[in-house]
Amino acid sequence: MAAQPKPRIKVPKEAKAGEVVSIKTLISHEMESGQRKDKDGKVIPRKIINKFACEFNGTPVFSCDIDPAISANPYFEFSAKLTESGTFKFTWIDDDGAIYTDEQKITVN
Amino acid sequence: MKINRRHMLSLSAGAALFSIAGHRSAWADVPAAEKRIMDFAGGKTPASGKITLTAPEIAENGNTVPISVNVESAMTGGDMVDSVIIVADGNPNPEVATFHFTALSGTAVATTRMRLAKTQNVIAVAKMADGSVFMDKKEVKVTIGGCGG
Amino acid sequence: MKRLSVLLLVSVASISGLAVMAYADPVDDTLTIDDREMIIRAKAPKGHPFDEVLSGWLFRESETRATEADSFANPGMLAVERGEELWNTVDGSMGKSCSSCHNDASATMKDVGAHFPKWDAKARKPVNIEMKINDCRTERMGAEPYKFDAEEQVALTTYIKHQSLGTPVQIDLSEGEMQSWWEKGKELYYTRTGQLDFSCASCHEKSMGKFIRADHLSQGQVNGFPTYRFNTAGMVSLHNRFRGCIRDTRAEMPKAFSDELMALEVYVTWRGTGLSVETPAVRQ
Repeated sequence: MAAQPKPRIKVPKEAKAGEVVSIKTLISHEMESGQRKDKDGKVIPRKIINKFACEFNGTPVFSCDIDPAISANPYFEFSAKLTESGTFKFTWIDDDGAIYTDEQKITVN
Repeated sequence: MKINRRHMLSLSAGAALFSIAGHRSAWADVPAAEKRIMDFAGGKTPASGKITLTAPEIAENGNTVPISVNVESAMTGGDMVDSVIIVADGNPNPEVATFHFTALSGTAVATTRMRLAKTQNVIAVAKMADGSVFMDKKEVKVTIGGCGG
Repeated sequence: MKRLSVLLLVSVASISGLAVMAYADPVDDTLTIDDREMIIRAKAPKGHPFDEVLSGWLFRESETRATEADSFANPGMLAVERGEELWNTVDGSMGKSCSSCHNDASATMKDVGAHFPKWDAKARKPVNIEMKINDCRTERMGAEPYKFDAEEQVALTTYIKHQSLGTPVQIDLSEGEMQSWWEKGKELYYTRTGQLDFSCASCHEKSMGKFIRADHLSQGQVNGFPTYRFNTAGMVSLHNRFRGCIRDTRAEMPKAFSDELMALEVYVTWRGTGLSVETPAVRQ
């Protein structure tokens, strides 16, 4: 996609305290591996998202160091177990230094 | 009516292996993957068990192969998974991803989608908080499509 | 030497493909997207070569099927979201967006995509969604028409077609000269072409269910286009796929939206009558 990378997040709106909830994230990004060549035989420079992180109320939940072998439009599914309501913060770091973020609230009762 | 595509697959896989043979030096080989695992494991030999890697036996397209890892752990106190690496022994570089888990993860479960340049082994290695390491390995056959593939 | 062997192997595989192919039944499974069950098997319309029309989803491996069944995991939904953004973006000299006239697409475009291509009395030919969008852009928005396969064209088409998710495909052949375009499309469908001398029917009718190298041949239905392909990690429009298939037969490719490919779109869409719109489908 030529447009600015855009995250998609799926987090339940509510959860019970101590329940394990599933979180899904997807972001549009071509993940140029640095292995491909253009029509003139020149290597297309690597440009990937190299790091993804999820934190909850400022505490790390899950993160991933990403290599070029991760597919375009990187998808991550993982879990979280919470005891209080709060906000998830999601961060993707691009090779070019750009940072994409998104947030989502969850009510824990 | 039983599916009988193994013959086709072995033919395609054969062609795939053959076609990259000339560029061997540019590709990760098994020792590069092993070295990555040894570095991560801190010199220990990973044991089997505890970690399960789920990957398709046959990937319809090597550009997008779903994989999941699941490590048995209470994820509290001393029974914690620190991190999991995914390694592919037939890609240009063996590294795929490193997952970092925390107590807030609740479970050491993660799913992503990866690229496989050819039929090869995908290896997942888990490092526990106490330093012990566990490994699982799956061979994924990468098919060559007939149509624009 | 090695190179030659590779070429030989590849050509042996592709030329002998049709002769040595194995057969596998499509899977026996149901497809539910966002709690809505898709029609993936339908009784074929009168005059159809098959008794039953089958969605291409039934011919894919389980991981590919699962990705389409989960509207979050489906990366094609990124194009739907991008299309929604474009729907609401003002463009052109008249200061209008799609939504200026058509308001909320979830109401005004609901089921619309299931009934294209449609006869256009003014143009005196069938038109598809991409052509309708360009017509709106030039005639009502004062904007440049999208070039074939521009990222915006594919995303907006995907968004509009997605408003018909689940709706059975049904085109109106009684309007204008649709019937004669259908006839022309049918003729093209059965015409062998290219160095490999394949027609559409060679793969998608006579060899349906068999394997061409590692690809499980489907009926070649178009109810899921634009489609997300793992191969390119992006959206593929219907005319891109038509041209790709024709290229694979080693033939000259007609232009996108040419009369030939529009006739083919009319005929091939009819061949999928009764299947749910699956846009964005997920394929290998």
